[in-house]
Amino acid sequence: MTQSVPQRGSPRPRGHHLLQRAVFLGPGLLFTVVFVAVPVLLVLSYTVFDRGRFGGIEYEFTLDNFTRALEPTYRKVLVSSLQIAAAATGIALLLGYPVAYAIAKLPDRWRTVLLILVVVPFWTNFLIRTYAWIVLLNTQGVVNDALFGLGIIDDRLNLLYTRGAVVAGLVYVYLPLMILPIYASVARLDSELREASANLGANRFTTFAHVTLPLSLPGVVTGCIFVFVPSLGNFVVPELLGGGKTVMVGNLIRDQFLKARDWPFGATLALFMVVLLLALFALQSMVSRRYAVEGGR
Amino acid sequence: MQFPECTCKVGGHTGLTWSRTRRLRRHDDPNELHPPGAGRCRRLVATAALAACGGSEGDDAEATTLDPDADLSKQSITVSNWAGYMPDDIAERFKEKTGAGLTVTEHATNEEVMAKLTAGGDSGIDVAFVSGQYAQALNEAGMLAPIDPEFVPNVANLYPQATELAFDEGNKYSVPYTWGTTGICYRSDLVKPAPTSWNDILDPDPKYDGKITMLSTERWLALPAQKSLGYSVNTTDDADFAKMKDVLVEAKKHLLGYDDTTFYEKLVSGEAVMTEAWDGWCGYGMAENKDIKFMVPSEGSDLWSDTMVVLKSSQNKEAAFAFVNMMLDPEVHAWVTENVYYNVPNEKAEALVPEALKKQFPQLDVTPDQLAENEVLVDLGEDSTKYTKLTTDVTASS
Repeated sequence: MTQSVPQRGSPRPRGHHLLQRAVFLGPGLLFTVVFVAVPVLLVLSYTVFDRGRFGGIEYEFTLDNFTRALEPTYRKVLVSSLQIAAAATGIALLLGYPVAYAIAKLPDRWRTVLLILVVVPFWTNFLIRTYAWIVLLNTQGVVNDALFGLGIIDDRLNLLYTRGAVVAGLVYVYLPLMILPIYASVARLDSELREASANLGANRFTTFAHVTLPLSLPGVVTGCIFVFVPSLGNFVVPELLGGGKTVMVGNLIRDQFLKARDWPFGATLALFMVVLLLALFALQSMVSRRYAVEGGR
Repeated sequence: MQFPECTCKVGGHTGLTWSRTRRLRRHDDPNELHPPGAGRCRRLVATAALAACGGSEGDDAEATTLDPDADLSKQSITVSNWAGYMPDDIAERFKEKTGAGLTVTEHATNEEVMAKLTAGGDSGIDVAFVSGQYAQALNEAGMLAPIDPEFVPNVANLYPQATELAFDEGNKYSVPYTWGTTGICYRSDLVKPAPTSWNDILDPDPKYDGKITMLSTERWLALPAQKSLGYSVNTTDDADFAKMKDVLVEAKKHLLGYDDTTFYEKLVSGEAVMTEAWDGWCGYGMAENKDIKFMVPSEGSDLWSDTMVVLKSSQNKEAAFAFVNMMLDPEVHAWVTENVYYNVPNEKAEALVPEALKKQFPQLDVTPDQLAENEVLVDLGEDSTKYTKLTTDVTASS
């Protein structure tokens, strides 16, 4: 720190630095504490109490909610939610990676246009986008009409109200969340690394497998988490596209609060989700740290 | 986001408010109303409002402080109701008739208004519209003012059957506003022969596989199995639940889906041919397709009722009761049937419903005796979680 910084005038005292940080961080931090941390703690505290008759909480200590949450019915819901969210994430990755890669390789002008196109669907209301799938997939819908009209099928297919429809809906809704982080990490890659790899005799596939892919892994992991987490908690898509026949953890939690008036049990299920998600975030930060170091920068 | 709430089922209808409002017609003419009550004493006395202000909350003494001479023009009340469930100009009508002010707030579901009322503190709501079993729960919590027939003379318009509903026999703390039942809403051109039994949707002819929907809200999801097995709609017996689960899990395999809110649209489009349906909601389908019909299966069904309750915390009970009374006016009450296609338990109001409408919507052409044959849903307190569990077990089964 002996280097002088003439354009900044006199060196700032450390206290000033702290103050500056407090000013910048303060509002966000305050918001987070008041509107995120406190409510989350409140909800978590509900997990050890009884349900009130009209919803709300009866403040009598109990661990029943945890035993209930481990009943086979709920385990089954959790497993099927994990499967659906994993399928949606996998498909989004398969679809999203090539798109992100291709966009990153384009000249600047085109990148901007294509990135905007990726984001544009986000400007339409989530519900309307989901309803569009109902119009497409129902037995009297566009897809069935087309297949039937072309004589490809004799009987109309039940495409809607299946697990497949739920997965399709989730992929569609969250695909941009996969593309953007992967794009960001691929676009950041130094093209000289690939040239070096080619100069050393690697073919394009080897270069991709040993250079590009590992370096883009932090983006991949981030994208996967961005898709997996909201997919797991989503309750609108299973309800609309699953026809109420597919129950996910999100539906379960929503129903406990809004239908069953069983806040403590809903809070307990939410706690399981929170723990699961924290574990995922820990994994993500491990992966990105590891590859950030190996990749140099 | 409106959607997640919209499927929450409330007595006889869900909270998806647009479906109800979108069909509202403006036909109400303020001139039809009775002139404002003449000869009301205008002096300002120590009204119940003042008494309630000073007194401690929730003692029975309040009920006796109702003042027949209260100056309603000094009072103002807040009413919470489902959107589109009463005439849009109700506040003007109320003002004209009684002089009292009226603010309307809307709730989408029973659960929503229950949360508001029971959150602690003064909800600010004087009159709430809730389904019968919720009125029962509110009363058990000591939150409702007893209905004083002196202040609600129009209760005389109610059918006798409507005064014996199991959740509140004698209308002690609730006044029924609408009532109805649950049955099968189906496409008569696509389902032959017509359904007669709950088993027609629980264990359907294979040609209807994947073309049937059931209601998704707990008590009604269980209903077809309960009636098919000969159980009470209010059963809390664990053995009954085990049997119901088997039947419902089996039935799920033949379903297109569970649907509280758009089943009639699926009938119109032909996606579904038979749906478990609330009578009023089936009417929305009938209005679009004349082949859509409603029937109550031979095993019987439930009888639900949406009611009006006056909160004990209300500081303007005279106006609150005057409001309840006005809603029971035949003209006002008939509006509900003519616009929302629900039966009202009001003999004089039903007499005003045009025959043509009853022809178009046969579920409106039902006698109170026929309705009362069905079993009244009551609140089950702690045992209601059994229905939640059953619903999860069934909907999560594969």
